[in-house]
Amino acid sequence: MKPKNKQNTVDLYYMEARSKLIDIAAFMDRVERDGFTDDFRYLAFKDALKELDSDNRTRKVLLSLSDPTKELIPVATTKAACGAWPDKPQ
Amino acid sequence: MRYIEPHAHMVSRTTDDYMAMVVAGCKAVCEPAFWAGFDRSSAHGFYDYFCQLTDYEPKRAAKFGLPHFSWLCINPKESEDIKLAEDVIALIPEFLKRDNVLGIGEIGLNKNSRNEMTILEKHVNLAAEYDQLILVHTPHLEDKLKGTQLIVDMIKSDSRIDPGKVLIDHLEEHTAKIVMDAGFWGGLTLYPESKCTSPRAVDIIETYGGDRLWMNSACDWGVSVPLAVPYAAQEMRRRGYDDETLDQVFYQNPVRFLSQSPNFNIGK
Repeated sequence: MKPKNKQNTVDLYYMEARSKLIDIAAFMDRVERDGFTDDFRYLAFKDALKELDSDNRTRKVLLSLSDPTKELIPVATTKAACGAWPDKPQ
Repeated sequence: MRYIEPHAHMVSRTTDDYMAMVVAGCKAVCEPAFWAGFDRSSAHGFYDYFCQLTDYEPKRAAKFGLPHFSWLCINPKESEDIKLAEDVIALIPEFLKRDNVLGIGEIGLNKNSRNEMTILEKHVNLAAEYDQLILVHTPHLEDKLKGTQLIVDMIKSDSRIDPGKVLIDHLEEHTAKIVMDAGFWGGLTLYPESKCTSPRAVDIIETYGGDRLWMNSACDWGVSVPLAVPYAAQEMRRRGYDDETLDQVFYQNPVRFLSQSPNFNIGK
């Protein structure tokens, strides 16, 4: 599906993306300043950033943060998800 | 514009939200059974909840002129307790007779456990036995990829289920293709942080086409936006889409899927 009147994508989204990029930089500075760089979520985050240099970036970032295993777990011991796969090798 | 809100947990919302939705052009709201934010201690709690979804909430919505429909199940977050889940599933057939019930949902997986899958299979069996539509919740964040594949494989393996009568919700860029290629309908949930933002949801529609996709707010007791669907329509307008396309995506498509239930009737 495509619009009949296609707009300039950079005009539409540049300022929003610029703002989010600076927020990411500030988040990383904050984590490093406060000494939480060993947190598995932060390590997964930094790993996922590498996918920005590829094509299909959104999908690859999501895959990088996903549990890649295929088997059901024996029992659910929690209800929440944390946004990164805790068992990812680092 | 006119639109359908195909997934909203209105029992958690205020009358101000109903007013805002109606003023924004909402023509019907559909409410799946879900986790209340705490575990219910017995099947009696679900009986009361099903009464709320099929009796009280439609009356509350009607005060704003908004048709209200519901889906019934025990959600995957409470499916780890097999006995409780079986007791709740046994209640459902009685409620399927009620006028506003569209089908079984939102069933699915949460942490991808064995018991969650057992209860998912029982729900799918119930839908097959009673010829009901199915609405599926896919897991959150890091669990979504694995859970979506497991759900698709499980439902596809049941020859009684027509994929065209199943909508698999909360898709993102890494799961949309799995669901679309399998012939199911897909839902894009518009959340401020998790799931999809409006621009990403529109990206997915541009990639896969709008024929078997809908957008929903899934507004509930957490961080969520009851007007997320009309906001996404505004996002499409920004990109240059015309009113005819918006009507197709936000009204005609959900009506086409939901009308497979004889209970979905919102007039002309």
